[in-house]
Amino acid sequence: MSRFNAENLSLAREIIGRYPRPKSALIPLLHLAQEQEGWISEEAMREIAELVGVTPAEVRGTGTFYEMFHFEPIGRYLLNICGTMSCALMGAGDLLHAAEEELGVRAGGTTPDGLITLHRAECQAACTEAPCLQVNYRYRFRVTPDGVRELISELRAGSLADEIPPHGTLATVRQHIPADRAVGAVDPDEDTSPPSWVPVSVEGAR
Amino acid sequence: MTAETYPWAPGFVAGDRPRIVTSRFGHEDSHTLERYLATGGYEGLRAALSKSPSEVHDQVRGSTLLGRGGAGFPAGVKWGLTPEGVFPRYLVVNGDESEPGTYKDRLLMERDPHQLIEGCLIACYAAGLSRCFLYIRGEMALAQERVASALNEAYAAGYIGRDILGSGFGVDIVLHWGAGAYVVGEETALIESLEGNRGMPRLKPPFFPAAIGLYGKPTIVNNVETLSNLPFIAANGAEAYTAIGTETSPGTRMVAVSGHVRRPGVYEIVNGTTTFRDLLYGEEFCGGIRDGNDLKAFVPGGGSAPWFLPDQLDLPFEGRQVGAAGSMLGSGAIMVMDSTTDIPAAALTLTRFYAHESCGKCVPCREGGTWLMRVLERVVAGEGTTDDLDLLLEVGQSICPGDMPHASSEALGLDATPFPYKMTTICFVGPSAYVPVHSALTLFRSEFESRVAPSRARTRIPVVAAGGGQ
Repeated sequence: MSRFNAENLSLAREIIGRYPRPKSALIPLLHLAQEQEGWISEEAMREIAELVGVTPAEVRGTGTFYEMFHFEPIGRYLLNICGTMSCALMGAGDLLHAAEEELGVRAGGTTPDGLITLHRAECQAACTEAPCLQVNYRYRFRVTPDGVRELISELRAGSLADEIPPHGTLATVRQHIPADRAVGAVDPDEDTSPPSWVPVSVEGAR
Repeated sequence: MTAETYPWAPGFVAGDRPRIVTSRFGHEDSHTLERYLATGGYEGLRAALSKSPSEVHDQVRGSTLLGRGGAGFPAGVKWGLTPEGVFPRYLVVNGDESEPGTYKDRLLMERDPHQLIEGCLIACYAAGLSRCFLYIRGEMALAQERVASALNEAYAAGYIGRDILGSGFGVDIVLHWGAGAYVVGEETALIESLEGNRGMPRLKPPFFPAAIGLYGKPTIVNNVETLSNLPFIAANGAEAYTAIGTETSPGTRMVAVSGHVRRPGVYEIVNGTTTFRDLLYGEEFCGGIRDGNDLKAFVPGGGSAPWFLPDQLDLPFEGRQVGAAGSMLGSGAIMVMDSTTDIPAAALTLTRFYAHESCGKCVPCREGGTWLMRVLERVVAGEGTTDDLDLLLEVGQSICPGDMPHASSEALGLDATPFPYKMTTICFVGPSAYVPVHSALTLFRSEFESRVAPSRARTRIPVVAAGGGQ
């Protein structure tokens, strides 16, 4: 059920191939699993472990360090309201109160219909546009409490579906390295020669 | 009035100033290869490839380009720290920008990704780095998208990959993205994360990433803004770069000014000469404090920096002078507090951030940060005693033993204690939890004392997430 579909499995292998060591692909593959299902299941972690050649415990060990990964189902929309310094100075507390009232859940909770999960987030790197928030990592700047209520009603009405993909999808454009252009990843312990463009005489002098 | 904004670059404010890294921000399509090539794009790479790698390295050394991630270490010197003859060597681009108050790398990645890519290529060529990993903060979906598009365009056009522009130089740039962890911005934690591990910093010294980094190989970690300066330097020469700014701080710098100012924004300023007064009050910058209020305090260099008072307004944005005055420039972020600010509550937002972001590796940070946060919460809620104020300083001493840097104050009869501090932790997350507590208590002690008065007047408590922020 929650194993990679055929397209994502092939993408996962392509991603692994970009790294000199497969374990480096672990975080990108956890993102890919979360993009496919909205969250990360035990089965997904077992499959990633097989793909990169580590144990499922190592996958979980890495994954649980990072806040963006969710190991239980969460809302289709993750509403992250920033509460760090600049946003706090500009009224972030009022935004969170408005969202809690409107949604009927406290920060950390999900609405009973499974549509929206509300979090109090840390600095989102938009400090001059405070207070700010992100919905599935899409920004809204200089937000007012009324603006939060309006956003929530739009999410409920489904009118932002084109603009904001379901939770788990980050960039909608992926990197593809064309095979005929790729230098390729080599094992760092096998090839220890200097790169071709570095003149040997100059290298010796450095 | 020379301030100009663009609807496609929210937060950025242009003016009549030299622009090195934001020169294309006025174009709506600045992120495309077509616009990049039409505005001098990849000319720096061509110029670099016509020279030997060591000549390009000398050029960057000669520019005295300082790292823009926070530590301000010269990029050309950093490149030279790799051990002779040891290969492969890697370039890891630090785009994990998360310091409270800071955002300039996000704008540079969203608005001019090809400039960053060109900078990566020049660095790899000059320092003999055979693979580049471009690590973007997980929460920055648009930046990831723009950089992915730019990489795809640049590969197709022959600017990345094998035999670039027929020169024999070839390197891959791999887009990598994080998943939410402030500490990963620390360069050894970034490497751990890139290896697929929990993002916890490595013990150093003795070994720095330039000697033992990614996969145990020599690794250069450079910040996005640092690399974005390289195309200009390679195309125009070191002299054109050092002609701007001062001898110790050449070029320009991206600075985000947020909080209680009339026009918050990200500005590209002349390095080393622009003063804090220019930035906060100048009509071409923030235009003064909001609502005609008085300035109470400001954080000059991101959430980790000790606070400044109006006494320090005439200092230039220059590392050495700011260090002597008791703080640091850090990642180029100023947060402004006006006279209406509740100082203990403001300090709590920062301490809570660092306590939350502790990776847990070092005990003084893991335990101390949480203690600071909880005691401060009690004080802000009006439930503390004067003993709690001493407890805050005592816990802080276990993270930063000895004298803490702080600003001078004429009103308080206080002389400055210069930066830096001593620390009992591997990285700066732990000390950063203490810095706002120490600054606020040193410069505004009376505001804390009135909170712990016998009346125990309750005040509004900032919302804390039920069940944690996760």
